Formats: sequence, structure tokens, C-alpha cells
Amino acid sequence: MKLFVSEGNPHCVKVLAGLEVTGVKCDVQLVSHEERVVPFLNRPVLPVLLLPSGQHLFSPNAICQYLFEVVGKEASDDGNQLLEWEATELQPAVLQALHMLMLQGKSGEAGTVLKGPLGWLEQYLSKRTTPFLTEETVAVADIVLWAALYPILSNSTFEAVVGELPSVRGWFKRVSQVPACEAAVQRVLQGKGLDALKNFLQKQPAPHIQRRDSPSSANATEMEDSELMMTEEEVEVAAQAWSKGLPDCSDSTQKKHPILPQEGKRNVLVTSALPYVNNVPHLGNIIGCVLSADVFARYGRLRGWNLLYVCGTDEYGTATENKAREEGLTPQEICDKYHAVHSSIYKWFQIDFDYFGRTTTEQQTEIAQDIFWRLHERGYLLEDVVEQLRCENCQRFLADRFVEGVCPHCKYPEARGDQCDKCGRLINAVELKEPQCKVCQQTPEIRSSKHLFLDLPKLEGELEQWLEKSMGSGDWTVNAKHITRSWLRDGLKPRCITRDLQWGTPVPHPDFSDKVFYVWFDAPIGYLSITANYTSEWEKWWKNPQQVELYNFMAKDNVPFHSVVFPCSLLGAQDNYTLVNNLVATEYLNYEDTKFSKSRGVGVFGDMAKDTGIPSDVWRFYLLYLRPEGQDSAFSWADMALKNNSELLNNLGNFINRAGMFVSKFFEGHVPEMVLQDEDKRLIAQVCWELKQYIQLLDKVRIRDALKCILNISRHGNQYIQVNEPWKKIKGGDDDRKRAGTVTGVSVNVACLLSAMLEPYMPTVSQTIRDQLQAPAHCARAMLYADRGFLCSLSAGHRIGTVSPLFQKLESEQIEALRKRFGGQQVPSSTVNSAQPKPPAAAAPAVNASVSAADPEKAKQLAAAVAKQVRTCAKCQIKNNPIIITIFPSTQ
Amino acid sequence: MALKELSSLEKCLGLKKPNKYSTQGERKVPVLQNNNGPALVGLVTIASHLVHEAKRTELLGNSAEQRAVVQQWLEYRITRLDNCSKEEVKVILKELNQYLEDKVYLAGNSFTLADTLMYYGIHHIIMNLAVQEKEKFLNVTRWFDHIQHYPGVRHHLAPVVVLRNRVYPSGQH
Repeated sequence: MKLFVSEGNPHCVKVLAGLEVTGVKCDVQLVSHEERVVPFLNRPVLPVLLLPSGQHLFSPNAICQYLFEVVGKEASDDGNQLLEWEATELQPAVLQALHMLMLQGKSGEAGTVLKGPLGWLEQYLSKRTTPFLTEETVAVADIVLWAALYPILSNSTFEAVVGELPSVRGWFKRVSQVPACEAAVQRVLQGKGLDALKNFLQKQPAPHIQRRDSPSSANATEMEDSELMMTEEEVEVAAQAWSKGLPDCSDSTQKKHPILPQEGKRNVLVTSALPYVNNVPHLGNIIGCVLSADVFARYGRLRGWNLLYVCGTDEYGTATENKAREEGLTPQEICDKYHAVHSSIYKWFQIDFDYFGRTTTEQQTEIAQDIFWRLHERGYLLEDVVEQLRCENCQRFLADRFVEGVCPHCKYPEARGDQCDKCGRLINAVELKEPQCKVCQQTPEIRSSKHLFLDLPKLEGELEQWLEKSMGSGDWTVNAKHITRSWLRDGLKPRCITRDLQWGTPVPHPDFSDKVFYVWFDAPIGYLSITANYTSEWEKWWKNPQQVELYNFMAKDNVPFHSVVFPCSLLGAQDNYTLVNNLVATEYLNYEDTKFSKSRGVGVFGDMAKDTGIPSDVWRFYLLYLRPEGQDSAFSWADMALKNNSELLNNLGNFINRAGMFVSKFFEGHVPEMVLQDEDKRLIAQVCWELKQYIQLLDKVRIRDALKCILNISRHGNQYIQVNEPWKKIKGGDDDRKRAGTVTGVSVNVACLLSAMLEPYMPTVSQTIRDQLQAPAHCARAMLYADRGFLCSLSAGHRIGTVSPLFQKLESEQIEALRKRFGGQQVPSSTVNSAQPKPPAAAAPAVNASVSAADPEKAKQLAAAVAKQVRTCAKCQIKNNPIIITIFPSTQ
Repeated sequence: MALKELSSLEKCLGLKKPNKYSTQGERKVPVLQNNNGPALVGLVTIASHLVHEAKRTELLGNSAEQRAVVQQWLEYRITRLDNCSKEEVKVILKELNQYLEDKVYLAGNSFTLADTLMYYGIHHIIMNLAVQEKEKFLNVTRWFDHIQHYPGVRHHLAPVVVLRNRVYPSGQH
């Protein structure tokens, strides 16, 4: 055991005194302040005790505690408490005071800093009956506190500023007289008094006791939001704006196709990454691309932007060929089949594309070949020879996914040609040991073949210039910027754009007539060709960067193709293409533990969502609620039930339903007269503020955060109803009845605003609310358009329709059944056949149970429960067992 | 915050009767009112007291040495980690990452109170790390993932997703 100390370090007084008092045998080594004894600490820290086990103790208090324990003096609650107080309160104050006094010469301020802790200690000691802090004799707490206070209490400068402290001084004197303590002081300060500390203090980072910028602010801000302080003026302005009511709005909400850019309008082109056709899309795909883009597109239309949202299936490539072989169909048949599957899933999820197309069209060939020739003419294409695996038996070159073998890095026997599932490393297919053709199990040969490369290095300068402009002026998510920069930092390399396949866009160059374009080159061109299928005037969108603002939505794995590779193709083609202005990439939505893979078919698929009996709007809500914005998030069935029951049912649904019910029950379905009092105005102002936040956030595509604003409004609303108790006031006198009328009227108008704000997130619920309230059709647009704010859209006398509950409770048994049904599909082998898992037969009864939860009887019960305002316990003990979901690349 | 931690710790220790806590001062230091004596003040003090009450003293360490190491990390948690500035967060992660390089738990080979309280204290930091940063502080992430799955520990905190494979393997593109 060895103790490292340094001269003039007050902390060393503690441990040396402790060593002397306990009489523990230990080598003491004197080192300089800068000596880094503990290897893992960032700064040199002393004293340090090297334990016999080789571990380092670098906390003086822990060292003292240890020394006392070695001689049989165990820690007590009392002692622990004093040590904790010393570490958290006294020590920072002492260091700050010393810093102020010795280095800045501010003795007065130094005294102020110490007042609190010393006062506390004085009080503590005055109540004790023992001569020392915890016992009749000197214990660990005495040594630690005494040593901490030594520089202060032994210095006459402090006497005047800290004031009379009889008990503290008495105790301090008693400890100072212990010979061990005297010796320790001598050893550290060398008789130089406090000046000995100067050198040490200069080496310390400036102490700052006032560290209130707690990083736990994530939760703190959420709580603060709800206690937002409003000035009188703000409240008055909001109330006046509200009272004006809806303007006459002649804006037609009907879309007129084809939508084309218009002069003087904000022209917004929205795309979501093209899902790969050969698989059923995942919940992960849905939230990462199409659903996120849909919310933004719906929002943009509400805001009155001239907006076009296009997407489609990405259909060419090896995976399609493979799937076709598997299912015994032609690639075209596979595409037709799965395109329909995709369409119907997105329809069920209410994705409101202006056009949902596909990449296997003539326009695709035309545009891709045009871009190719332009690149070729301008010298942006290179030729090179590539080594590839060829299966003689199958008579073709094997794409990465068609080869399996032993991983050259970790020896995993089932590594794929592009990546090893075990160690996660990327592999070059020709490096695989013992490669096998996945189709016929024969060993393929290495052959060389001539290919074309896009000369990215040549375009790098131009790309960087454009990126700087686009990132500077548009909204790029942090991950998108990060990934793009990391690509540029590593330097760009030429990228192969051709493939030895049949199923693809043919390369028009005669020397490469048997080849097609590689999907990464081809697929993003799909955005253009899909638009071309929508309208022959597609170039008004895609060759019009002056008028058009382009938003690309995707998961982060797709970022480089949209920020580096595709822009390079378009820049090189030099045809005034519209390049992306806003690149919105999500992180991954997945499961905490298990690794999962597309080829193993682990995950939840879009077509199964509707079989759960849970409405599409609830799915949308939950996926958007946990949209991986800024960080990964995980889907969990139990959490979905919790959010449904607590946020949708008890918060949002409860508020809207109560507001409507009060109008029906107490005012015969007519919105009552509203005479605003301060309290009502405050609510209106709060709602206005949340609405403003919502708009600001959605303008920046912070979809998840904006959803919280909606929930905040209904929380405010519930509180408002709860405090004002219209159901009681309605039975009271005239004034009370009027008050009940105002509260009900304001509430039902808040409900109407909520229907507008919900439109991008939950379109069906939004429409249902408006139907129930018989709200004017244009009210949603009116309030969001041009920042008009929260308006009284249901004026006194307006007749509402029939009000009924909007949401149903998700029972824990139902959720547990779903969790089992979707969670247990760990397919043992990695054969490609397993790409589309079927729920195990044994789970069938559970499915029925889940469907029956939606029956009318159940709905009636729920309605009753809502009416009675029965609150389900939000903390109900549902086992938290999330399911596996991921977002896979949609371009291969 | 500290109060939630303590009630989670109670559950984690299997204490049947939940205690009532209050807080004092600007820093909201937790206080435990005690029937048999004066109130206990301070997170570590109360936590250690609970461990004794639950007769799970092995969680404070099995030897004098280990007990000292546990105390040291408990102190680190409340003095360095709590209320630390943004710049300091990186330093702390770096230090812990180096320290944990060859360790399973904070105090060596067995799970202790230091792991529990450090986990509670660092959760909000890990929660806000980008995937790249999680990879950078690999040892901390591994330890964190391990502790959040340690039976009975997590309670009031949301699970943090930890990816097992690297997002940006070196030498590709």
C-alpha cells in the first residue's frame, strides 16, 4: 500500500492526519502537483492511495474512511452524513473561498461564501453533547472536517468575516491539539502557513459553486412549460385576437392536380425515401420516411403552401431478382405484386401522397439515361475493371447478397457478401472465405469485368460549395450534417454505377450493353421519374431551384446517397436540377437488445398493423410520439398501451369529449354565450403560446416535439375544466350558470383548435372531431394559415352534432397477446425464405381476443367510463417488453 | 430527482415499506425523517442507510478495500456528476470510460450501490448521447447497458437503446 501526497495540497492534510491517528502502516511518497498517479483521471489528482489490490483511491474522504476501517472503526450513519456534507457543501465553499482570498484578494466575498456551511456546523455542534463530532474521541468525520477547515480557521483574515463561532472554534481547537493533526499540517504546509497553498490553488480549475445549469433540464423544461408565465399584455392580445373569430376564408381546400409551382407562393416539394419493393414495409420504414413526410406535407398544406408530395417503390436490383426466383415469378410480377402491397399499407396508414409511383417506368429509363449521357459527355465517368464472383452453374455474376461464406474477420460461417451479421463489419464479397452461391451452393469463381464509375473526387469541390449553401440556409438534421461531413472528411472515391444484372435500367453505352445501372445511381432518379409519371411538366419541379424548396425525408442510413452521391450526379449533369434544401433524417427506431436483420425477417410489418384491431390513427400517434428525432428510440407494446390510455384516452380524448358533452348536456347542443374573465383569457393565451410553439417546431420539421404541444393544450384544458367545475356551476344561480357557459364555450373552441392541430398527425380523429362539433370546414386552415393563431371558430349559438368518445382503452391482456404474437418470431435459420414471417399458429386465439376488444359492447362500456371520468392508473404495472423494429435501407 | 431514485432503490432492495422523504436547500438534498433518531440528510447517506436496513450490506462492498472504492464512486457521483456543466460531462464520460475499460462493475467484480446510484445519476446524460458518442464511450455504454438490465435496477427510468453493432465502421463508404 502506498500513499501519494504533494506539498501545499490541503486535501493531503486529511489523509496524513488520518494515517497518523489510525497508525496504519503505509509508504508515503511525495510527488509534484502535476503527477498523474491515477491513469484514468483527466486531471492530476492527489492524494491517492494505492490499495494492495492495485486499485486507486483518489477521494481523500474515502481514503480516510478506509484507514479508519482498517483499524476496526466502521462507518456510521452520522459519520457518513458529515462526510457527504463535507464533500458536497463544505469542500466546494472552502475551495472557492480560498480561491477568492489567496488569488483574487477578495476576503469579504470569501467570507460570504463560507457563512452558510459554517453556520450549519455551528448549529450542529451546539446541539452535540460529545466533545467531537460523532463520539467521545476523534473519528473520521473530525479529521476530514477539521482538515477541510484548517486553512480557513487557522487564518486570522477569516476571523473577522466568518464571525463568532464558539462551538466550531472549540471543536477545532480540540482536534488541532491531537498530535497526529499537528504533524500532518507541518508535513503539508512546511511551516509556510497558507502561502504554501498558493501553488496548489493556481493549478486547480476555477471553482464555481453556482452550478445551476443542470443538464437534467430535459425534464425540467417540460415541467416549466406547463407553468409558463404570461404578461398581462400577452394575455390581452391573445384574448382580443380570439374574439375576432374566423375570417371569411375563400381559400379552396380542394387539391387540383397536377400541382405545379406557382409564382408568388411557397412551392414545396416533399419526397420520402423510396421503399424497396421486395418486402413488406416495416413500422420502422413507415415512421422513418413516409409517415414523417406525410405529417409534414399535411401540415404544409394546412399552412397554405403549394406542396407536392411524391413517393413510390424502388423496384430494380438484385433483391427483386432474388425474390422473383424464390416465388417463381418474373421480376415484373414481383414488382406488381409488392407495389400493390405497399400501396395498400400506406393507404391504411393514411399516407396522403399526391402521387405514389414506381421506378420501373419508361420515364425512369429516359431520365436516367439522359443524366448518364450528360455525365459521360462532361467527363465525369471513369472506366475500371472490377473483380466479382461469378457462379458458373447459374451463369451469372453474384451480387453481394447472393454469396455467403466465412467472415474473413471473425470466422463467422454465415457471413453475407456485403456484411457479417456477427461482427457487423463490411465485407468485400471477393474476400469471403469459402464463398458459396446462395442459390445453388456451388463455389463461385473470381472474374473481372469492366465497369463505369462516377468520378466523385472530380465533383467534390462543387459539391462542398453547394453543401455549405444548402446546410447553411435549409433545415438539415444534425445526423444528416454529421454523416455528410464524415463522408467528405474521409475523401470521396469513384463509385461504380453499373452492375452485371438484367433487372435494371439498361446502360445505353454500347460497350456496356449487357449491364444495368447500380440501384444507388438509379433509385434517387426515381423521384424525378415518378414526378414525370404524375405530370408531363415535371421539370417545373425538378429543374427549378429558384422557385422550389425540396425536402427529402429518410432514415439516416440513406443520408449519403441524398447528400453526396445523388447531388453529385445532378451537379455533374449540369442541367439546373433542383437539389435538396432540407434533409430530414431520423435515427433508428428499434429494440433495446436483440440484433435483428431484414434477411432474418425479424420485426413488425406494416400489413400486420391493421390486424391488431388498433386504429390507424393510434398507430400514427404512437409512432410519431416516439419518432426517433435526434436519438434512437424503441417501440414497445406496453408503452403503446400506456400512451394510448394516458395521453389519448385520459388526456386528449377526455378533454375533447367533456367539452362536447357539456355543450350537448347543459346547453342543448348550442355553444353558449362567452364572457371572458381573466382566467379564460389566460387559458387562451396559454393555448396561443402552445400553438405558436407547434408552428415553430413543425416549420423546422420537429414532428415529435410539436406533438407534445397538442397534448399540452389538452392538459391545460382539462385543468381549466377541473378548476372551474361547469357541471356544478350549471346547477347554481344565474352568474354561476353564465360562468359554466363561458367555460364550456371556451373549452369546445379549444377542442376545435385541437382538431386542426391534430390533422397532420391523426387525420381521421381530426375529421371526427370536426364532424362531432360540426365545425366549419375551413377552420383548420384558417387558424394555421398565415399565423392567424387561436380563433373563436364556434361562436355562441353554433349547433354541434352528436358527441361520442374518440379513443378506446387498450387492455393489458390485449397488448400482452399482441406482444407475444409479434415478439416471438425469432427465425432460427437465416434462409432468405424467412424474410416474411407468419405469426405462429398458436397465437391465433389471442388475435381473436384483440379484435373482439373493438366490439360495440366494449365501446359502450368505455363510453360510460369516459363519461364518469374514471381515470385509469397511468402507472399500472404493465410489463415493459418492447418489440423489435428497425429501419432498413430502402436503397440497396 | 433524488427522491425518485431513493424510492426506486427501495424497490430494488426489496424494502416493503416505502419511506417518506423531503428535500432541503437550493440543491434539493433529500432528507429522511427517522423515528429512532435525527433525520438523515444526503443521497449517499440515506442510500447506505437503506442498504443496511435491507440487510444487503454486500452492496456496500465485501471488504474494507471494496467498501472504500464504493464510497469513492458514490462521492464521485454526487460531487462530480450531479449538476455538472456541459463541458464537464465529456470529461466525466472520458474518465469513466477509461476506468471501466477492464471492469465489469464500478467496484470491480461485483455489483454494488455505486453502480445503482451512478446509473441513476448518469441516465439523463446517456439518454442524450448520439449513437456516435455512445460508440466513443464504449465501456461506459457497455456498463450502462449491463446495469440497466440488472434485475430490479431500472424502475423509474426509461430504457436507453444501445446498438450492438457500429453504425459507421471504419474504412467503408
